[in-house]
Amino acid sequence: MKFGIVTFPGSNCDYDTLRGVVDVLGEDAEYLWHKDHDLKGADVVVLPGGFSYGDYLRCGAIARFSPIMNEVVAHANRGAPVLCICNGFQIACEAGLLPGALLRNQTLQFVSAPVTMRVENADTQFTSAYEKGQRITMPVAHGDGRYTADTQTLDELEGEGRVILRYVNAKGEVDPAANPNGAARDIAGIINAAGNVFGMMPHPERAMDKLIGSTDGIGIFQSVLAAVPA
Amino acid sequence: MAYRVSVHITPRRGILDPQGKAVEGALHSLGFEGVSSVRVGRHIVVDTDAPSEDAAIASVTAMCERLLANPVIEDFEIESATAS
Repeated sequence: MKFGIVTFPGSNCDYDTLRGVVDVLGEDAEYLWHKDHDLKGADVVVLPGGFSYGDYLRCGAIARFSPIMNEVVAHANRGAPVLCICNGFQIACEAGLLPGALLRNQTLQFVSAPVTMRVENADTQFTSAYEKGQRITMPVAHGDGRYTADTQTLDELEGEGRVILRYVNAKGEVDPAANPNGAARDIAGIINAAGNVFGMMPHPERAMDKLIGSTDGIGIFQSVLAAVPA
Repeated sequence: MAYRVSVHITPRRGILDPQGKAVEGALHSLGFEGVSSVRVGRHIVVDTDAPSEDAAIASVTAMCERLLANPVIEDFEIESATAS
Protein backbone atom coordinates (compact mmCIF):
# COMPACT_ATOMS: atom_id res chain seq x y z
CA MET A 1 0.00 0.00 0.00
CA LYS A 2 1.16 3.48 -0.77
CA PHE A 3 0.77 6.63 1.29
CA GLY A 4 0.97 10.00 -0.46
CA ILE A 5 2.04 12.78 1.88
CA VAL A 6 1.32 16.29 0.67
CA THR A 7 4.05 18.87 1.17
CA PHE A 8 2.77 22.42 1.23
CA PRO A 9 5.13 25.36 1.70
CA GLY A 10 5.42 25.38 5.49
CA SER A 11 4.49 21.74 6.14
CA ASN A 12 6.85 20.39 8.80
CA CYS A 13 5.48 16.97 9.73
CA ASP A 14 5.67 15.47 6.25
CA TYR A 15 9.07 13.92 6.96
CA ASP A 16 7.99 12.39 10.30
CA THR A 17 4.93 10.93 8.62
CA LEU A 18 6.97 9.46 5.78
CA ARG A 19 9.49 7.92 8.19
CA GLY A 20 6.68 6.52 10.32
CA VAL A 21 5.02 4.88 7.34
CA VAL A 22 8.25 3.54 5.84
CA ASP A 23 10.27 2.62 8.94
CA VAL A 24 7.59 1.57 11.40
CA LEU A 25 4.95 0.13 9.09
CA GLY A 26 7.24 -0.96 6.27
CA GLU A 27 4.90 0.49 3.65
CA ASP A 28 5.56 2.72 0.67
CA ALA A 29 5.23 6.48 0.97
CA GLU A 30 5.95 9.36 -1.33
CA TYR A 31 5.78 13.13 -1.00
CA LEU A 32 3.22 14.90 -3.14
CA TRP A 33 4.23 18.45 -4.01
CA HIS A 34 1.46 21.00 -3.52
CA LYS A 35 1.82 22.29 -7.09
CA ASP A 36 1.46 18.86 -8.66
CA HIS A 37 -1.74 17.45 -10.06
CA ASP A 38 -0.80 13.83 -9.48
CA LEU A 39 -1.34 11.63 -6.43
CA LYS A 40 1.30 9.23 -7.83
CA GLY A 41 -0.88 6.21 -7.25
CA ALA A 42 -1.30 6.83 -3.51
CA ASP A 43 -3.97 4.68 -1.84
CA VAL A 44 -4.02 6.89 1.24
CA VAL A 45 -3.44 10.65 1.21
CA VAL A 46 -2.06 12.37 4.30
CA LEU A 47 -2.40 16.11 4.86
CA PRO A 48 0.38 16.58 7.41
CA GLY A 49 1.00 19.07 10.17
CA GLY A 50 2.85 22.33 9.84
CA PHE A 51 2.14 25.94 9.06
CA SER A 52 1.19 25.91 5.40
CA TYR A 53 1.53 29.33 3.81
CA GLY A 54 2.60 30.71 7.17
CA ASP A 55 -0.96 30.32 8.49
CA TYR A 56 -1.67 33.58 6.68
CA LEU A 57 -5.29 34.77 6.69
CA ARG A 58 -6.51 31.66 8.57
CA CYS A 59 -4.83 28.32 9.17
CA GLY A 60 -5.32 26.21 6.06
CA ALA A 61 -7.22 28.90 4.15
CA ILE A 62 -4.65 29.29 1.39
CA ALA A 63 -3.37 25.70 1.24
CA ARG A 64 -6.89 24.70 0.40
CA PHE A 65 -6.47 26.32 -3.03
CA SER A 66 -3.20 24.53 -3.82
CA PRO A 67 -3.35 22.66 -7.14
CA ILE A 68 -2.92 19.25 -5.46
CA MET A 69 -6.08 19.85 -3.42
CA ASN A 70 -8.23 19.28 -6.53
CA GLU A 71 -6.85 15.74 -6.66
CA VAL A 72 -7.13 15.29 -2.89
CA VAL A 73 -10.80 16.30 -2.97
CA ALA A 74 -11.43 13.97 -5.95
CA HIS A 75 -9.68 11.15 -4.04
CA ALA A 76 -11.90 11.83 -1.02
CA ASN A 77 -15.02 11.94 -3.21
CA ARG A 78 -14.11 8.51 -4.57
CA GLY A 79 -14.33 7.26 -1.00
CA ALA A 80 -10.58 6.75 -0.62
CA PRO A 81 -8.94 7.52 2.73
CA VAL A 82 -7.56 10.92 3.66
CA LEU A 83 -5.81 11.33 7.01
CA CYS A 84 -5.66 14.96 8.11
CA ILE A 85 -3.33 15.77 10.98
CA CYS A 86 -3.13 19.12 12.79
CA ASN A 87 -2.63 21.69 10.01
CA GLY A 88 -4.03 19.01 7.71
CA PHE A 89 -7.20 19.00 9.83
CA GLN A 90 -7.40 22.78 9.50
CA ILE A 91 -6.94 22.53 5.72
CA ALA A 92 -9.62 19.81 5.46
CA CYS A 93 -12.10 22.02 7.34
CA GLU A 94 -11.31 24.99 5.12
CA ALA A 95 -11.72 22.78 2.04
CA GLY A 96 -15.11 21.57 3.25
CA LEU A 97 -13.93 17.96 3.52
CA LEU A 98 -14.81 18.10 7.21
CA PRO A 99 -17.37 20.30 8.98
CA GLY A 100 -16.51 23.08 11.41
CA ALA A 101 -13.33 25.07 11.90
CA LEU A 102 -10.30 25.28 14.18
CA LEU A 103 -9.84 28.51 16.06
CA ARG A 104 -7.17 30.07 18.23
CA ASN A 105 -6.59 28.12 21.44
CA GLN A 106 -8.72 29.45 24.25
CA THR A 107 -5.60 30.32 26.28
CA LEU A 108 -4.18 32.21 23.28
CA GLN A 109 -1.01 30.19 23.80
CA PHE A 110 0.68 27.69 21.58
CA VAL A 111 0.51 24.31 23.29
CA SER A 112 3.13 21.61 22.84
CA ALA A 113 2.48 18.71 25.21
CA PRO A 114 1.34 15.11 25.35
CA VAL A 115 -2.43 14.76 25.63
CA THR A 116 -4.63 11.84 26.58
CA MET A 117 -7.58 10.98 24.40
CA ARG A 118 -10.39 8.48 24.58
CA VAL A 119 -11.28 6.50 21.48
CA GLU A 120 -15.01 7.18 21.15
CA ASN A 121 -15.54 5.07 18.07
CA ALA A 122 -13.26 2.19 17.12
CA ASP A 123 -15.46 1.13 14.25
CA THR A 124 -13.80 3.34 11.62
CA GLN A 125 -11.09 2.98 8.98
CA PHE A 126 -8.78 5.04 11.17
CA THR A 127 -9.34 3.60 14.64
CA SER A 128 -10.09 -0.12 14.22
CA ALA A 129 -6.74 -1.00 15.80
CA TYR A 130 -7.96 0.43 19.12
CA GLU A 131 -10.74 -0.58 21.49
CA LYS A 132 -13.70 1.68 22.10
CA GLY A 133 -13.01 3.61 25.28
CA GLN A 134 -9.26 3.00 25.07
CA ARG A 135 -7.08 5.84 26.35
CA ILE A 136 -4.24 6.85 24.06
CA THR A 137 -1.54 9.48 24.40
CA MET A 138 0.05 11.56 21.66
CA PRO A 139 1.58 15.01 21.46
CA VAL A 140 -0.24 18.12 20.36
CA ALA A 141 1.63 21.13 18.99
CA HIS A 142 -0.64 23.89 17.81
CA GLY A 143 -1.84 27.43 18.38
CA ASP A 144 -5.16 26.99 16.61
CA GLY A 145 -6.76 23.74 17.68
CA ARG A 146 -10.04 24.77 19.23
CA TYR A 147 -12.57 22.77 17.28
CA THR A 148 -15.75 24.76 16.68
CA ALA A 149 -18.98 24.11 14.85
CA ASP A 150 -22.58 25.20 15.32
CA THR A 151 -24.70 23.25 17.80
CA GLN A 152 -26.58 21.42 15.09
CA THR A 153 -23.35 20.19 13.49
CA LEU A 154 -21.95 19.15 16.87
CA ASP A 155 -25.14 17.23 17.67
CA GLU A 156 -25.00 15.55 14.28
CA LEU A 157 -21.37 14.53 14.80
CA GLU A 158 -22.19 13.12 18.23
CA GLY A 159 -25.37 11.40 17.09
CA GLU A 160 -23.69 9.73 14.14
CA GLY A 161 -20.68 8.51 16.10
CA ARG A 162 -18.40 10.84 14.18
CA VAL A 163 -16.62 12.29 17.20
CA ILE A 164 -13.78 9.78 17.11
CA LEU A 165 -11.31 11.12 19.66
CA ARG A 166 -12.00 13.21 22.74
CA TYR A 167 -9.56 14.84 25.15
CA VAL A 168 -9.78 13.26 28.61
CA ASN A 169 -7.82 13.23 31.85
CA ALA A 170 -5.73 10.32 33.12
CA LYS A 171 -8.85 8.67 34.49
CA GLY A 172 -10.46 8.77 31.07
CA GLU A 173 -12.99 11.44 32.01
CA VAL A 174 -13.68 14.65 30.15
CA ASP A 175 -12.21 17.48 32.15
CA PRO A 176 -11.70 21.13 31.15
CA ALA A 177 -8.16 20.89 32.53
CA ALA A 178 -7.40 18.06 30.09
CA ASN A 179 -8.68 19.95 27.05
CA PRO A 180 -5.58 21.68 25.63
CA ASN A 181 -7.32 24.25 23.46
CA GLY A 182 -10.92 24.72 24.59
CA ALA A 183 -12.32 22.58 21.77
CA ALA A 184 -16.11 22.25 21.73
CA ARG A 185 -17.18 19.10 23.57
CA ASP A 186 -13.50 18.18 24.04
CA ILE A 187 -13.26 17.11 20.42
CA ALA A 188 -9.80 16.00 19.28
CA GLY A 189 -10.78 14.16 16.10
CA ILE A 190 -13.77 13.78 13.79
CA ILE A 191 -14.66 11.87 10.64
CA ASN A 192 -16.77 12.82 7.61
CA ALA A 193 -20.19 11.28 6.98
CA ALA A 194 -18.80 8.80 4.44
CA GLY A 195 -16.15 7.64 6.94
CA ASN A 196 -13.11 8.15 4.72
CA VAL A 197 -11.82 11.57 5.76
CA PHE A 198 -10.47 11.77 9.31
CA GLY A 199 -9.11 14.88 10.99
CA MET A 200 -7.30 15.09 14.32
CA MET A 201 -5.26 17.76 16.07
CA PRO A 202 -2.78 15.48 17.94
CA HIS A 203 0.14 13.97 16.06
CA PRO A 204 0.07 10.17 15.61
CA GLU A 205 3.24 10.37 13.49
CA ARG A 206 5.09 11.70 16.53
CA ALA A 207 3.93 8.76 18.64
CA MET A 208 5.35 5.82 16.73
CA ASP A 209 8.53 5.08 18.67
CA LYS A 210 9.08 4.30 22.36
CA LEU A 211 12.22 6.39 22.23
CA ILE A 212 10.14 9.56 21.91
CA GLY A 213 7.52 8.65 24.47
CA SER A 214 4.60 6.84 22.89
CA THR A 215 3.70 4.30 20.26
CA ASP A 216 -0.02 4.97 20.51
CA GLY A 217 -0.05 6.70 17.12
CA ILE A 218 0.82 3.54 15.19
CA GLY A 219 -2.76 2.30 15.52
CA ILE A 220 -4.08 5.10 13.33
CA PHE A 221 -1.85 3.98 10.46
CA GLN A 222 -2.43 0.27 11.13
CA SER A 223 -6.17 0.85 11.01
CA VAL A 224 -5.89 2.46 7.57
CA LEU A 225 -3.67 -0.38 6.39
CA ALA A 226 -6.24 -2.92 7.48
CA ALA A 227 -9.06 -0.97 5.80
CA VAL A 228 -7.54 -0.53 2.36
CA PRO A 229 -7.35 -3.59 0.12
CA ALA A 230 -3.70 -4.38 -0.64
CA MET B 1 -12.07 51.81 -13.24
CA ALA B 2 -10.00 51.21 -10.11
CA TYR B 3 -11.80 50.83 -6.79
CA ARG B 4 -10.56 50.49 -3.24
CA VAL B 5 -12.83 48.27 -1.17
CA SER B 6 -12.50 47.79 2.59
CA VAL B 7 -13.75 44.71 4.39
CA HIS B 8 -14.25 44.16 8.11
CA ILE B 9 -14.09 40.54 9.23
CA THR B 10 -15.07 39.71 12.79
CA PRO B 11 -15.58 36.51 14.76
CA ARG B 12 -19.22 35.52 14.48
CA ARG B 13 -21.38 36.36 17.51
CA GLY B 14 -21.69 33.40 19.81
CA ILE B 15 -18.19 32.17 18.94
CA LEU B 16 -15.78 32.56 21.81
CA ASP B 17 -13.17 35.19 20.90
CA PRO B 18 -10.41 34.82 23.51
CA GLN B 19 -8.40 37.62 21.92
CA GLY B 20 -11.34 39.99 22.25
CA LYS B 21 -11.84 38.85 25.86
CA ALA B 22 -8.18 39.50 26.68
CA VAL B 23 -8.39 43.00 25.18
CA GLU B 24 -11.65 43.62 27.03
CA GLY B 25 -9.96 42.66 30.31
CA ALA B 26 -7.03 44.95 29.57
CA LEU B 27 -9.37 47.86 28.80
CA HIS B 28 -11.19 47.28 32.09
CA SER B 29 -7.92 47.30 33.97
CA LEU B 30 -7.06 50.61 32.27
CA GLY B 31 -10.25 52.04 33.73
CA PHE B 32 -12.52 51.86 30.68
CA GLU B 33 -15.28 50.37 32.76
CA GLY B 34 -18.03 51.06 30.25
CA VAL B 35 -16.63 48.49 27.81
CA SER B 36 -19.05 45.59 27.56
CA SER B 37 -17.60 43.65 24.65
CA VAL B 38 -14.58 43.60 22.36
CA ARG B 39 -14.12 41.46 19.30
CA VAL B 40 -10.87 41.33 17.39
CA GLY B 41 -11.01 40.71 13.67
CA ARG B 42 -9.27 41.69 10.47
CA HIS B 43 -9.46 44.64 8.14
CA ILE B 44 -8.64 43.90 4.50
CA VAL B 45 -8.21 46.51 1.80
CA VAL B 46 -8.58 45.33 -1.78
CA ASP B 47 -7.69 47.42 -4.84
CA THR B 48 -9.51 46.07 -7.82
CA ASP B 49 -10.56 47.04 -11.31
CA ALA B 50 -14.30 46.88 -11.95
CA PRO B 51 -16.77 48.46 -14.37
CA SER B 52 -18.77 50.07 -11.52
CA GLU B 53 -18.89 50.45 -7.76
CA ASP B 54 -21.62 47.82 -7.54
CA ALA B 55 -19.50 45.43 -9.55
CA ALA B 56 -16.50 46.09 -7.30
CA ILE B 57 -18.60 45.34 -4.22
CA ALA B 58 -20.06 42.21 -5.81
CA SER B 59 -16.59 41.02 -6.66
CA VAL B 60 -15.22 41.58 -3.14
CA THR B 61 -18.32 39.92 -1.68
CA ALA B 62 -17.49 36.85 -3.76
CA MET B 63 -13.88 37.03 -2.52
CA CYS B 64 -15.15 37.08 1.07
CA GLU B 65 -17.39 34.10 0.49
CA ARG B 66 -14.65 32.05 -1.15
CA LEU B 67 -11.51 33.01 0.73
CA LEU B 68 -11.32 36.15 2.82
CA ALA B 69 -13.83 35.05 5.49
CA ASN B 70 -14.84 31.63 6.75
CA PRO B 71 -18.64 31.61 7.07
CA VAL B 72 -18.47 28.94 9.79
CA ILE B 73 -16.78 31.29 12.23
CA GLU B 74 -16.71 34.80 10.80
CA ASP B 75 -18.97 37.59 9.59
CA PHE B 76 -17.86 40.14 7.05
CA GLU B 77 -19.02 43.62 6.25
CA ILE B 78 -17.97 45.69 3.28
CA GLU B 79 -17.27 49.13 4.57
CA SER B 80 -16.54 51.23 1.54
CA ALA B 81 -15.79 51.23 -2.13
CA THR B 82 -14.15 54.32 -3.44
CA ALA B 83 -12.97 55.02 -6.94
CA SER B 84 -9.22 55.41 -6.66
